[in-house]
Amino acid sequence: MAHLRGSHRKGREPVTATSIPHAPGFFASETPRVVTQRFDYEDGYTFERAMATGAYEGFKTALTRTPSEVHDEVRAATVLGRGGAGFPAGVKWGFMPPTVWPRYLVVNGDESEPGTYKDRLLMERDPHQLIEGCLIAAYATGLSQCFLYVRGEMPLAHERIAQALNDAYADGLIGKNIQGTNFSLDIILHWGAGAYVVGEETALIESLEGKRGMPRLKPPYFPAAIGLYGQPTIVNNVETLSNLPWILTNGAAAYTAIGTESSPGTRVVAVSGHVKRPGVFEIVNGTTTFRDLLYGEDYCQGIRDDNELKAFVPGGGSAPWFTPEQLDVPFEGRECSAAGSMLGSGAIMVMDETTDIPTAALSLTRFYAHESCGKCVPCREGGTWLEKILTRVVQGRGTSRDLDLLLEVGATICPGDFPHASSSDLGLDATPFPYKMTTICFVGPSAFAPIHSALTLFRGEFEDRLIDDDAAGAIGVPVAISSNPTGEEAS
Amino acid sequence: MSNETASEGVMVTINGMEISVQPGDLVIDAAERAGAHIPRFCYHPRMSSVGVCRQCLVDIDTGRGPGLQPSCMVPVSEGMVVDTESEGVKRVQEGILELLLINHPLDCPVCDKGGECPLQDQTLTFGPVESRFIEEKRHYEKPIAISDLVYLDRERCVLCDRCTRFAREVAGDPLIHFMQRGNQTQVLTFPDDPFNSYFSGNTVQICPVGALTAKPYRFRARPWDLSEVESTCTTCSVGCRINVQSSRGELLRYQGVDIDSVNHGWLCDKGRFGFEAVNSDERLGTPFVRSDSNPDELVGTDWNTALEAAASALKAASGSSVGVIGGARLSNENAYAWSKFARTVLSTDNVDAQLGDGLCAEMVMSLPRATIDDAATADHVLLLAPDLKEELPVLYLRLRGASQGSTKLIELAPAPTGLTRYTSAAHGYRPGEMGQALDELLGGATGDAMRSGRTVVVIGRPSLADSPGEVEAAVGVAQRLLPEATFLPALRRGNVLGALDMGLAPGVLPGRIANDGSSQAWIDTHWGSIPTERGMDTIAMLEAAASGRLHTLLLIGADPLADVPDRDLVERAFAGVAKIVAVDTFATASVKRADVVLPTTAFAESGGTTTNLEGRISTLGRMVTGPGTVRDDWTIAAELAWRLDADLGLESLPGIWAEIEAVAPSHARCSPSMLSADSEGVLVPLPVVAVPEPDEIADDDADTSEADTSEAEVDEEQAEGAAAVVEAPSVPASVSWSAPALVDPPAVDGYALRLVARRRLYDAAVHTSQASSLAALADDSTLRVHPAELGSLGVESGSRINVTTARATIVLQVTADESVPRGVASMGFNQPGISAAELIDHREPVTEIRIETR
Ligand SMILES: Cc1cc2nc3c(=O)[nH]c(=O)nc-3n(C[C@H](O)[C@H](O)[C@H](O)COP(=O)(O)O)c2cc1C
Ligand code: SF4
Ligand code: SF4
Ligand code: SF4
Ligand code: FES
Repeated sequence: MAHLRGSHRKGREPVTATSIPHAPGFFASETPRVVTQRFDYEDGYTFERAMATGAYEGFKTALTRTPSEVHDEVRAATVLGRGGAGFPAGVKWGFMPPTVWPRYLVVNGDESEPGTYKDRLLMERDPHQLIEGCLIAAYATGLSQCFLYVRGEMPLAHERIAQALNDAYADGLIGKNIQGTNFSLDIILHWGAGAYVVGEETALIESLEGKRGMPRLKPPYFPAAIGLYGQPTIVNNVETLSNLPWILTNGAAAYTAIGTESSPGTRVVAVSGHVKRPGVFEIVNGTTTFRDLLYGEDYCQGIRDDNELKAFVPGGGSAPWFTPEQLDVPFEGRECSAAGSMLGSGAIMVMDETTDIPTAALSLTRFYAHESCGKCVPCREGGTWLEKILTRVVQGRGTSRDLDLLLEVGATICPGDFPHASSSDLGLDATPFPYKMTTICFVGPSAFAPIHSALTLFRGEFEDRLIDDDAAGAIGVPVAISSNPTGEEAS
Repeated sequence: MSNETASEGVMVTINGMEISVQPGDLVIDAAERAGAHIPRFCYHPRMSSVGVCRQCLVDIDTGRGPGLQPSCMVPVSEGMVVDTESEGVKRVQEGILELLLINHPLDCPVCDKGGECPLQDQTLTFGPVESRFIEEKRHYEKPIAISDLVYLDRERCVLCDRCTRFAREVAGDPLIHFMQRGNQTQVLTFPDDPFNSYFSGNTVQICPVGALTAKPYRFRARPWDLSEVESTCTTCSVGCRINVQSSRGELLRYQGVDIDSVNHGWLCDKGRFGFEAVNSDERLGTPFVRSDSNPDELVGTDWNTALEAAASALKAASGSSVGVIGGARLSNENAYAWSKFARTVLSTDNVDAQLGDGLCAEMVMSLPRATIDDAATADHVLLLAPDLKEELPVLYLRLRGASQGSTKLIELAPAPTGLTRYTSAAHGYRPGEMGQALDELLGGATGDAMRSGRTVVVIGRPSLADSPGEVEAAVGVAQRLLPEATFLPALRRGNVLGALDMGLAPGVLPGRIANDGSSQAWIDTHWGSIPTERGMDTIAMLEAAASGRLHTLLLIGADPLADVPDRDLVERAFAGVAKIVAVDTFATASVKRADVVLPTTAFAESGGTTTNLEGRISTLGRMVTGPGTVRDDWTIAAELAWRLDADLGLESLPGIWAEIEAVAPSHARCSPSMLSADSEGVLVPLPVVAVPEPDEIADDDADTSEADTSEAEVDEEQAEGAAAVVEAPSVPASVSWSAPALVDPPAVDGYALRLVARRRLYDAAVHTSQASSLAALADDSTLRVHPAELGSLGVESGSRINVTTARATIVLQVTADESVPRGVASMGFNQPGISAAELIDHREPVTEIRIETR
């Protein structure tokens, strides 16, 4: 039996597999597919179908080699982490101190970055591929306990993974002395309680330990060194692990033959917003461009109603925005950073010419302010303040001071230059990613990122709504009072 | 030492200045040492760093270019370059402070913290000048009581995690938590689970804003109106260092002072809020004498009349028919005055600072003494002690803290204590069988482990229902099987160890020397001739009184009716004695039975010194004047001496200390300047210094050489040289003690339960009952028994039952308690209601009780 753990949120309707409407589905493309092959079957998630289509072959191949050979294979494939940071999995595994046990594998299935819903499909439609990925990772790193953390709002994923685990246990693919070897693995399924920040790996570990989901400080809490229960821990994203079966079956060389040297293989992206065909697509890493994705026949097939594209978020709600000028940036980490943003979680949110930019920014900022865990001051206080100021501006009660204030409060969260895209219209050069931050994790900066992008690229839309100070007083918006007793300008 | 650290140091550059710092130091501390104060809210040097407020971000460059990092989280490393004043750092400091202030209510005018508030102070130095927040602030109900003593104002809270961290990490009482999240994050208790921690007051002190306030101090003063003096808490013998603060002649607050050796800045709530008892309206402010017309009545009188009455009561008693009980709550100087008074004026050795609830004085003095730090850094601590959480709270904190590190606590106790859950092994024993249980424990693998490392044994009375002989025999076992161990006496009253050092024990003279003739020459030169026949201890005095062999009892801050573990004996003694003279601060049960009552000063009303359980001497601060016409004990002793045609020769507290330094060998060379130099105090005896050359001795002052020659091996030539210049007799040796043999444990009565009687922190004594905020915290007396025992007797938890002992049958409430071992019944010694003293017969080795339904 699979071990089921987890929490339901109190005082709410119980979440069931059918109570949540389905996100847009998956659309197959002609380009190479690594992790979505079983999506071609309606019943790809079942044990029978999975076994009939080569499930666990990669793992069985792995068992014929030594763990370090398997580790080397994964390292050679340069599987970039798909959770957001894009760090190569094989290298990360190597950070665990070689002699410390127990050590754990934690699967990050808490996918909640705005716009992101690709891990969900990977869990719902091919749970065996994920389980097989866990087996390979565990075998390569010599660990025997794995925790699979699934977001609380994903009951179908939870249900199907639970069934898949039961079937795999029953078949002797998980458990003690798997396939007659001395390799054993237990996979424990944990149901999250629904907090965005718990997707951050150290917060996820806290949550697994039964504590409040708040990030830990790095240093000293790098999971590879001090992770779950203080032990060395690998945290990998669902998609990252889902790549492993294919790599073991087909070899690292076949994997790196896809995509580019720095970004090999494929990646699964989720597109939402104003395109003709929003959905989940598997694209080729490194070479596919945003233009290919948004306009390609295989993918989104253009902007809805053939409208003009105004802006898009290239890598999940936290990412600085791009405009049509960046459409030819490929899905390649360094190129995307140079252009002023990040690939992040593989979520692309598209805004066409009808989009009200200040409102769009507010909706993202509100999300991050609400999801602040409250641990550190800049995010806890700053995020909500940003939201309040921006709300006022969006509602037509803001003054010009407020636009500066937004940027100044943001500068307390992210001091120094904040990354942004170039704009030939505005005569702006790009400021490359990343940014500096005063917070513990990226939630705080994420509350500021949409504001910064929107204000930098579309300031006019904000200015159109401002009122002057006198008018503000007249409608009861208080005006800040200086407590500077001498009246001197603050230096 | 300093050369060594310099060579091991790490070179870092802080604001352009290159300095050497200790490896492992945090940047925030290193910068402080380099003169750069980095603002902070969450960082506290006595707790783990959490890095949540982000106020301490500074530019740190470890070779990869400067970057903002929390200086409270980053340890120094070689070549590190730190800038705490860059433009970027200043911007962020200002920005974070602005964010902390946007939702802050700024009710500084009515905030207890106003004037000593890190948020105010750091805003002044590092903060913005302008408030740009025009939105409505966050609101919460304010304030809410999170315990009987502490109020929380969530609007003021900056969520620094200090209080919650303290509760979790230091106190081990995780009763306050962060709840909700994001902008709504707040500190709260769970419903029905208040912050009932013995250490809750510390959170008020460490809160960097006025979010946590203490009921006894709320709205009482502005910090700038407070006067303060450093002192040492004498509520128990841990001796926590404190700042005593007052305004307009009234004590208003005690704050913990951080000293490495003892309390690390922490206090227990009983100590912290103990000033309420000093301020109590019930304090005695005038002398009383028993009325001639109505013998049931004490009438107020003037000092002259009272002193005359006291003198005549004492005069009527000769050396062997007078007894002096108490003194453990006084300063060293006052204890010395009474010790000298008893020996030289009353000509008696019948003196005892302990009340039959302590340990043999010679044993305590002759065992190799450990310090608190020794215990907290030992490999093993063996606990043969009462419940330290209840009796010596901050020692409990230190040992609990040690248990989280590499120190293993091993407990042998008749019932679980507050430390049990932190032990690596907790062993029980049936009351009466402590020695046997210890013999078995130390004979085995546990003993081997303890013998192979550094072991400290904490000794005390695990239960006042057993005879002290049991502990003495057990200490003998510990000495035999742990020959290298050192001992920490867990005796409770504030200056009990100081009082013993001052000779307030039969057969012991000031400075831990014996009054058995061996010290005669020495003491004669200082005090003149005194009786050398060993006197009686408290129990013997009370027995003598009960059988009519004592004429007068002098009680100095002692309440035998409450504290002696045999109420019946005390009743008979009080009935059998002709006169009782009591010197005290309150009209306790015993004081009410006195014929003459002399009111005396309480804590913070007198100066002098005190000695903690380690033998650490520290200064007491005088801050206020006592009520009415109270006098210091030493002046009372001097007055009485004068009325008894003697002269104590004592004229001032410093004068008394000088005499102590000369008379008490263990205190030699402990000069007032040493005592005032350092908050840490001075451990006595001071280490022996190298014996100087004879010609140097000649130049040296007399008391230095006295102490030296006592300890050091002196060759003949030097001894002759020394003898030629020093005319004082040689310093007597310290008292010695040999352990009694183990006696066979008393036979087990299968129908009886054995009583375990231990003190609780909050009890019926004046320190609790006279402190208005603490009084309600004392639980009423109840007998705790394992539910299975109750079941087999058909007794229901909560019911009132008959409890029968050899002494009496008493009606008591009974409570089922799974933590109490079978065969045992546990009871607070002196809780409001029934005292365990009513059940105990001091002659019995153990207290067997039978319970039955009424
Ligand atoms: C605020 C925040 C939210 C995150 N949410 C997720 C998430 O939902 N899923 C995920 O896989 N990684 C998420 N991450 C990234 C994880 O911390 C971590 O980098 C990742 O799980 C590592 O797996 P990978 O190396 O396979 O990408 C988040 C990070 C941050 C800072
Ligand atoms: S940045 Fe926000 S979410 Fe992250 S630790 Fe700080 S308060 Fe929590
Ligand atoms: S109450 Fe005080 S100590 Fe506790 S978190 Fe708030 S500010 Fe910090
Ligand atoms: S532990 Fe003892 S000395 Fe320390 S504060 Fe409490 S009562 Fe006072
Ligand atoms: S003092 Fe360092 S983060 Fe709070």
